[in-house]
Amino acid sequence: MTNQELKELIITWFSGPESAHLEFTEEGSQFLNLSIDPEYLHELMSWLKANNQTSFDYLFCLTGVDWGKELGVVYHLESTTHRHIMVVKIQTSDRANPVFDSVQDIWPTANFHEREVFDLFGIKFKGHPNLKRLFMPEDWKGFPLRKDYEDEVNMVVK
Amino acid sequence: METATINNNFKSEEYFINMGPQHPATHGVLRLLLTIDGEIIKKVEPDLGYIHRSIEKMCERDSYQQIVHLTDRMDYLSSHINNEAVCLAVENALELEVPERVKVIRTIIDELTRISSHTLWWGVMGMDVGALTSYFYGFRDRELINDIFEETCGARLTMNYNIPGGLMQDIHPNFVKRVKEFISHFKVKLPEYDKLLTGNIIFQKRTKGVGVLSKEDAIAFGASGPVARGSGYSCDVRKYHPYSALDKVTFNEALRTEGDSYARYLVRIQEMWESISIIEQLIDNIPEGDFKVATDAVIKLPKGEYYQKVETARGELGVYIISTGAKNPHRMKFRSPGLSNLSLLNHITVGGKIGDLVATMATIDIVVPDIDR
Repeated sequence: MTNQELKELIITWFSGPESAHLEFTEEGSQFLNLSIDPEYLHELMSWLKANNQTSFDYLFCLTGVDWGKELGVVYHLESTTHRHIMVVKIQTSDRANPVFDSVQDIWPTANFHEREVFDLFGIKFKGHPNLKRLFMPEDWKGFPLRKDYEDEVNMVVK
Repeated sequence: METATINNNFKSEEYFINMGPQHPATHGVLRLLLTIDGEIIKKVEPDLGYIHRSIEKMCERDSYQQIVHLTDRMDYLSSHINNEAVCLAVENALELEVPERVKVIRTIIDELTRISSHTLWWGVMGMDVGALTSYFYGFRDRELINDIFEETCGARLTMNYNIPGGLMQDIHPNFVKRVKEFISHFKVKLPEYDKLLTGNIIFQKRTKGVGVLSKEDAIAFGASGPVARGSGYSCDVRKYHPYSALDKVTFNEALRTEGDSYARYLVRIQEMWESISIIEQLIDNIPEGDFKVATDAVIKLPKGEYYQKVETARGELGVYIISTGAKNPHRMKFRSPGLSNLSLLNHITVGGKIGDLVATMATIDIVVPDIDR
């Protein structure tokens, strides 16, 4: 499907696209980008995988991002049948306790990647069976990839 | 019994052992926590991070030229291809067209890198199932490629030959001759690999029907590279998103449908033949011209997001750059093939024996720094 067709199809899944804060953009990216209210994330992702026309069955990249004020997660999805790609984004301004729904029940590959995001950004994933640090030691303080992370011992400041 | 009630999650006959982080079969500092019942594996849980250097955090501090050098240290057996991924992402963002000469040289060295990685894998694969000879065969041939790299790039492993805009320097005058010599040498030696291992009945017994991964699971676990192609999932980035000179060559995607360790083995053997073919198509046709185009001394990418995929020897490497227009990326993510491929290890080894775990891990071909980053 082309980006335009994807966009038109996805809008029909929501009775009120405004309430889900559905926002499409292709600006500044080679893929179709979709931002959504985190509350609707799991529902959208299940549909994106299950629907025959979209069938996004391959989650090839899951990235945590610190936008400065907000923390977010970016999902890169590909369909192995239709070979189209799209990007889904969520974010929250709750830096103290950011929680999103886990998608590891939809794509098992998310299991490790969500642990990585939790480890480095402190973003929690509701419904993850084994949410603990992936790389850093378990007693590590702080979340290294956050922009406000400071570590005088290990960081070379320029 | 007192002991049986201490942890209710454990049955009394199951126990728990460590494999690694300094076990030779884990190919680096990977620790596996095994729950076993006698010889039978009940659960495999990888414990990662022994070589985590936070490369993504370092990228946020460095310039784009500097970042290229960090990527060598991820999958060090595909260092040239990693470098290329970052360079391509930067060049695409700047809408910079590199000379044809650069594209062809990059692709030739990519494929040499792939052969070099696969010969090393083949050597240690044999060793992991108890055939020590293969190790020496593999390293013998890999040495010749490393010599070519040393002559042209100045380094044997972490080559740093790519820069945004082209190559660090032109190829060595001997490059074409030596690559041709290597190809004619390797075309004689590669059939020896088949004689030694592929047709070996003991080797086949150790790998056929072991560690079976279905196509659906390969996709669900985000597998890529030879691991996914051994299960029949066609995913070669070189085919679907060609980069550099790959649109000028014809080659077949190595694909098997069995999904077992032996299928993954055969995919890599076939990939070596395909790499030879790609190099042969290009080596006599390296266009004349510059080996780089000038870029600004301080590269600033326009505000936006950039994603570049390449096919390393282990699978799909993704470079995701979020730029705010500054001289450093706001966020740089490396989608490493190894992490996704490792995540399916538990799925395909549970119910098997510990010895088979070692053989299966060898066919997944992990490089730990690529996973930990």
